[in-house]
Amino acid sequence: MREAMQGKGISGGRLAIAIPYLWLLAFFLAPFLIVLRISLSQSVIAQPPYSPVFEIVAGWEGLKAFVAALSFENYATLFSDSLYVSSYLKSLEVAVVATAMLLALGFPIAYAMAQAPRRLQAVLVVLVILPFWTAFLIRIYAWINILQREGLLNEMLLALGLVREPLAWLATDTAIYIGVVYSYLPFMVLPIYASLEKIDHNLLEAAADLGCPHWKAFWLVTLPLALPGVAAGALLCFIPIMGEFVIPDLLGGSQSLMIGQTLWTEFFGNKDWPIASAVAVVLLMLLVVPIAIYQHMQTRDPRAGSA
Amino acid sequence: MDIGDAGKPDAGRRRDFAPWNDPAARALVRFKGVTKRFSGITAVDDVSLDIHTREFFALLGPSGCGKTTLLRLLAGFETPDAGRILLDGEDLADMPPHRRPVNMMFQSYALFPHLSVAGNVAFGLKQEGLVREEISARVAEMLALVRLDGMGSRKPYQLSGGQRQRVALARALVKRPKVFLLDEPLAALDKKLRQDTQFELMELQEKLDVTFVIVTHDQEEAMTVADRIAVMDHGRLVQVATPPEIYEQPNSRWVAQFVGDVNLIEGRVVASTPGEMLIEAKAGGRLKVASVSGLSAGDAVCIALRPEKLRIEPVKAGSRGGDNSFEGKVWDIGYLGDVSIYKVRLDNGLVMQAAVANMTRMVERPIGWNDRVTLTFAPQAGVVLTR
Ligand SMILES: Nc1ncnc2c1ncn2[C@@H]1O[C@H](COP(=O)(O)OP(=O)(O)OP(=O)(O)O)[C@@H](O)[C@H]1O
Ligand SMILES: [Mg+2]
Repeated sequence: MREAMQGKGISGGRLAIAIPYLWLLAFFLAPFLIVLRISLSQSVIAQPPYSPVFEIVAGWEGLKAFVAALSFENYATLFSDSLYVSSYLKSLEVAVVATAMLLALGFPIAYAMAQAPRRLQAVLVVLVILPFWTAFLIRIYAWINILQREGLLNEMLLALGLVREPLAWLATDTAIYIGVVYSYLPFMVLPIYASLEKIDHNLLEAAADLGCPHWKAFWLVTLPLALPGVAAGALLCFIPIMGEFVIPDLLGGSQSLMIGQTLWTEFFGNKDWPIASAVAVVLLMLLVVPIAIYQHMQTRDPRAGSA
Repeated sequence: MDIGDAGKPDAGRRRDFAPWNDPAARALVRFKGVTKRFSGITAVDDVSLDIHTREFFALLGPSGCGKTTLLRLLAGFETPDAGRILLDGEDLADMPPHRRPVNMMFQSYALFPHLSVAGNVAFGLKQEGLVREEISARVAEMLALVRLDGMGSRKPYQLSGGQRQRVALARALVKRPKVFLLDEPLAALDKKLRQDTQFELMELQEKLDVTFVIVTHDQEEAMTVADRIAVMDHGRLVQVATPPEIYEQPNSRWVAQFVGDVNLIEGRVVASTPGEMLIEAKAGGRLKVASVSGLSAGDAVCIALRPEKLRIEPVKAGSRGGDNSFEGKVWDIGYLGDVSIYKVRLDNGLVMQAAVANMTRMVERPIGWNDRVTLTFAPQAGVVLTR
């Protein structure tokens, strides 16, 4: 077996390297190409609900006709119809604002965890990932309970005398932000904690020794060294929030939709697969930008990738 | 500027340097009854110590004896549980580490991984709020001094261990501290590089006129670089003296054994005259040593004899050994290149070591295993220890 493989020039080592590529090919590139191809089709009421459909029996002529029938029309629609543009902008807005809020909240939490006594740190890490023990959907439903008119939040505010009558929380942007920040916080905290926790305490003593007060050493030493973790956390939150569907659908209002909701509507509501595919392809292209920036940062300083 | 070419430091200049003997001299650093405890163990125990301006001072002791803790107390990373630390007459108690005119070179170097070599060296100067031109001039000067010119833009992970050590040195020294603290600065270097660097450290210290306090558990290193050595054990200072004093006149069995090899002979004073003292060894035999005041007949003492101060000769037929002469049989020979160590089992049961410089080649050596030999020493060679 082994010899046979070597005979063909494929050693075990090469096979191991090939596995991730094969994986990407099967589960990323192939589906992407299918989606891309559908996005270039037109919607029809048929099975499948798009045309043209390429049939291998049609031969060379059939292929030519198939390629000729593909068009970028759907992409033109995307940019001309304000529904799509505003959905993209809405998603971008939610992702940017929520990531900023997650950073503002997550960094202090991670910092406090890293400062805690060693034995306590393990407990704190478990506490951060504890919510994952409950299904995501159930946790979002719980938020509906909390945020609704007679929910826990309003009851508390009323009891404290902070408001006179119940506020509308559910079906607002505030509810979306609460849901998103709540759900993604562990993805921000853990990478930042990991990079903070690795920082050698001697470095901070060295900074103090060289005349740098404690608060300044935070900016000059701690923060730069935590940056890889911050970048990883921000990326880990930003990308899925861009495409988030469940949280805005359950907690948000219907006045402005995020791109995930628009995509869902096109796909399942309007049964317009081609335009839904085009929406997905453009979303993917948008997300390549932050990933490329992250990659660039990593190649500039090879050690930054160790976080 | 190149310190490598300058050779050994100019001994002449330092020959008369002994401010610790001058009662009028004011010490730069004063530890006064300093104690530091960590949950149960006393890391530094009632240490009182004066370190003088421009002194090269070494803290020597076995692992865990509190050397690093003493240094960290001075740098301000630990606060004493009792006692005071003065720098230039000023009590340091309320001065945070970043305001102390003291710089430390960490055992792990603690270079900032995200900054370049030049960035690391400039870090401390930037905290002083100096103008950019002065910072870059001083950084360049310092990098040249530690022979790192042209490496300013490298990151620490692109350097060898020896180069990293130089960056750490430059980063602390560029601040022109009143006291420069070095925590085992050479421990990570190989032997040859370590010896070269020891001389470079002495050169740097001469050139910059900075007071150095170095921590080491290598007694040769302490002997090489230091003006004075403080020997520590279990958080206490056991002896503070110049290297020759520590070696030639250790004040206790512990110091004698910690610093170099030694033969210890337990005994009792038999007779004491102003010039010489006669001692009866417990194992049998009599020793004559230079007399020490304050001892009288009957007192228990210990005679310390350095291996190189013993003469070893084949037993000559007919010669009858007098005082300070012991016969025995060679039990082991250790060949170290420059010297040979002879382990001799004396007729009274003691095992003694004698070191002989190998001035001729090994094959011509007249003494071999199991030969009968005589060990002799001069009365001045024996050090009388009472502790
Ligand atoms: N932060 C701390 N907490 C508890 N104990 C400590 C702490 N720092 C030092 N010690 C203890 O104090 C004693 C002295 O430690 P110190 O680091 O000063 O030794 P050292 O002489 O530098 O040893 P080495 O040569 O191994 O570096 C040791 O027993 C050590 O375990
Ligand atoms: Mg130490």
